[in-house]
Amino acid sequence: MATTKKPIRSKKAAVAKTNSIKLKFDTGWTYAPAPESKSAASINKQYDLFINGEWQKPESRKYFDTINPATEEKLSEVAEANAADVNKAVAAARTAYDKVWKKMPATERAKYIFRIARIIQEKARELAIIESLDGGKPIRESRDFDVPTAANHFFYYAGWADKLEYAFPNRKAQPLGVAGQIIPWNFPLLMAAWKIAPALATGNTVVLKPAETTPLTALKLAEIIQEADLPPGVVNILTGAGATGAALVNHPDINKIAFTGSTDVGKIIQRAVSGTNKRVTLELGGKAANIIFEDAPLDQAVEGVINGIFFNQGHVCCAGSRLYVQESVAKEVIRKLKDRMSSLLVGDPLDKNTDIGAINSKQQLDTILKYISIGKKEGAEMYESNCRLPNKGFFCRPTLFTNVAQSNRIAQEEIFGPVLSILTFRTDDEVIEKANNTPYGLSAGVWTDKGSKIFNLTKRLRAGVIWANTFNKFDPGSPFGGYKESGYGREGGLHGLLPYIELTS
Amino acid sequence: MPVTTDRKSKTGQLTSRPDFHSTPRIDQVGVEERASRFTKRSLKKDTKLNGLRLVLNMIDLTTLEGKDTEGKVKQLCYKAMHPHDALPGLPTVAAVCVYPTMVRVAKKALEGSGIKVASVATAFPSGQAPRDVKIRDTKYAVANGADEVDMVISRGKFHAGEYNFVFDEIAAIKEACGHARLKVILETGELGTFDKVRRASDIAMHAGADFIKTSTGKIQPAATMPVTLVMLEAIRDFYYETGKMIGMKPAGGISKSKLALHYLVMVNEVLGADWLTNEWFRFGASSLANDVLMQLAKEASGLYQAGNYFSAD
Repeated sequence: MATTKKPIRSKKAAVAKTNSIKLKFDTGWTYAPAPESKSAASINKQYDLFINGEWQKPESRKYFDTINPATEEKLSEVAEANAADVNKAVAAARTAYDKVWKKMPATERAKYIFRIARIIQEKARELAIIESLDGGKPIRESRDFDVPTAANHFFYYAGWADKLEYAFPNRKAQPLGVAGQIIPWNFPLLMAAWKIAPALATGNTVVLKPAETTPLTALKLAEIIQEADLPPGVVNILTGAGATGAALVNHPDINKIAFTGSTDVGKIIQRAVSGTNKRVTLELGGKAANIIFEDAPLDQAVEGVINGIFFNQGHVCCAGSRLYVQESVAKEVIRKLKDRMSSLLVGDPLDKNTDIGAINSKQQLDTILKYISIGKKEGAEMYESNCRLPNKGFFCRPTLFTNVAQSNRIAQEEIFGPVLSILTFRTDDEVIEKANNTPYGLSAGVWTDKGSKIFNLTKRLRAGVIWANTFNKFDPGSPFGGYKESGYGREGGLHGLLPYIELTS
Repeated sequence: MPVTTDRKSKTGQLTSRPDFHSTPRIDQVGVEERASRFTKRSLKKDTKLNGLRLVLNMIDLTTLEGKDTEGKVKQLCYKAMHPHDALPGLPTVAAVCVYPTMVRVAKKALEGSGIKVASVATAFPSGQAPRDVKIRDTKYAVANGADEVDMVISRGKFHAGEYNFVFDEIAAIKEACGHARLKVILETGELGTFDKVRRASDIAMHAGADFIKTSTGKIQPAATMPVTLVMLEAIRDFYYETGKMIGMKPAGGISKSKLALHYLVMVNEVLGADWLTNEWFRFGASSLANDVLMQLAKEASGLYQAGNYFSAD
């Protein structure tokens, strides 16, 4: 380098000149509404409990409303199961287990599971619409992710049903009995598939409780199960809130509890089953670190970060909610994130162009807003995109915080919304220490062009799932689950069979 | 990017040349995923109509054949000015793109229409000629009235890592262009990786390109959405770095309206409203125009018309 002074000066001048540069994303070409038609979905006015292969009135005689979070309008009302209903369902599941399901040849079991998978595919459009109506997620996601992945899960585990002796050579995989399964509101149908498919494939029977804000696709799944002619009692679906879940967890004739939800509830369940013979798997909260190194393909990393935190309004336990970006590229990455955020469309979940739909409930929106105000009070710098929000319904703009400290609550606690906390780092060791400095350990992301760095980090990060140069990728063949307070047990893949079997020689 | 060498341009301004060996890295899987996301946008009603009109207005109507004749070029020019007179009020295309020997004919035919004449040059499409021949080729086109010059880079030198050669050649052609705007064709189908597409884009922009362009149309694959995305992102980074806007021209392989609209969505969401004009975005295409016209006619009448209702120039 012959001259060093001059180019530096000219570069400074260029920086001064370009500081005011801004791309215009809010003017110009806007997209006309392109809503998916509701007419392809049929929702009953009222749903009873699905027990022993038929729809039964609840012993409680009570029903509660399920609403569309995008309009706050009532969609339907569903039965509230009490302890007596749980008794009936568990008894039906026990009988089905003893008399039918455990004795059935595995190839026959597989046929039923394959059938469920195919009917899900046939009804994909209707299921996607209902999932978006009831939960608020954009139709693009329920159509392209939730429903097809749910079908794939059934297909995958149907395939294992008659091959368990190859999965566990020289040992005998025995079913456990009746599984009580409690699922969250963020991926209602998909979580039902994650729970039911491996349980059935291994010969267990099921009592499933969907979340109280999103019961409809699970009830549609009950209709599909009826259509598939599954023997009565093999799958029972009970709607209700926390008390229903508690009755299920505490029922003495349950052999296995599978729970996906918050860490707080996970701890309650853990306490409740201590001293019993019940087997438990818990898939709980997370506060995933997404780590961008300076040598990463930045534009693709930015896209990965965007999808990592804004996918499903950030209602994802493995969401990449803590971004660690290497100091030298922090400014550029933040600029790119802000540009990308301005093309995200928030609004009607049924609109095919919507990127971010409605927050699942008023309660969750309040939680998110509470954390946003905490972040501001903690001194972090908030940025939100300036998109227009609908007048009705529960909506939240995509938001990011810069100048976040490791000790801030927005960097430590799970927000479960479209809020990203950005922190910077200098060295590999530093970022590994910071990333692991959390009570959670569900997932993490690493962005670098260097393979050796990927292996170094994946070895040292304490997280159940680590993505390299991508994020939020799911496959039925790949196990999913956490460390530490993110829970234990794995779902998906060959590992996903283990929580539902006893291995004997 | 670290700066390695300095040079003085003609105007005496000191410009710096980045180290092109360390251009940003591109992840192929990520680019392809992002590009496919644009195709998920659903364009209806006015959005579609405005988009189609914009696409028509961004087309560089092209004929680059050994068998081109003056008559064919004149017909093409008429089509450029009157895309489909059965539908009044349509915009014209942006430019007519021809070989240097046809520039004079096109220029005369398009007189007063506002439509630009673009000429390929620099031993298009292979670029296999010495620099002085390329410079003469360029000067000939400009002297005959070309408003825009579409050059090809020396892919052999690029692959050999002689980035300074490629840079200097583009700068020399830019100088030969005078007032004509320079489009630099990277021929992405011969570059092989997105990393190299990004590197060639950076070289071209730093060397003085007004537009970067994917392809000659003579090599497969020609323009694709992922490759165009990589170039649009290079343009965006360059804009933030220098404040200078660079145009983009995907060419070859875009023959359907729907695909062209996906490209517009991509421009809209990567570079924003400023680039949604034919000053900064073009489609190099010959058969796209008729498909756009067919869609516009359908929007007007509600019915699809047979291909024979649209002139095949």
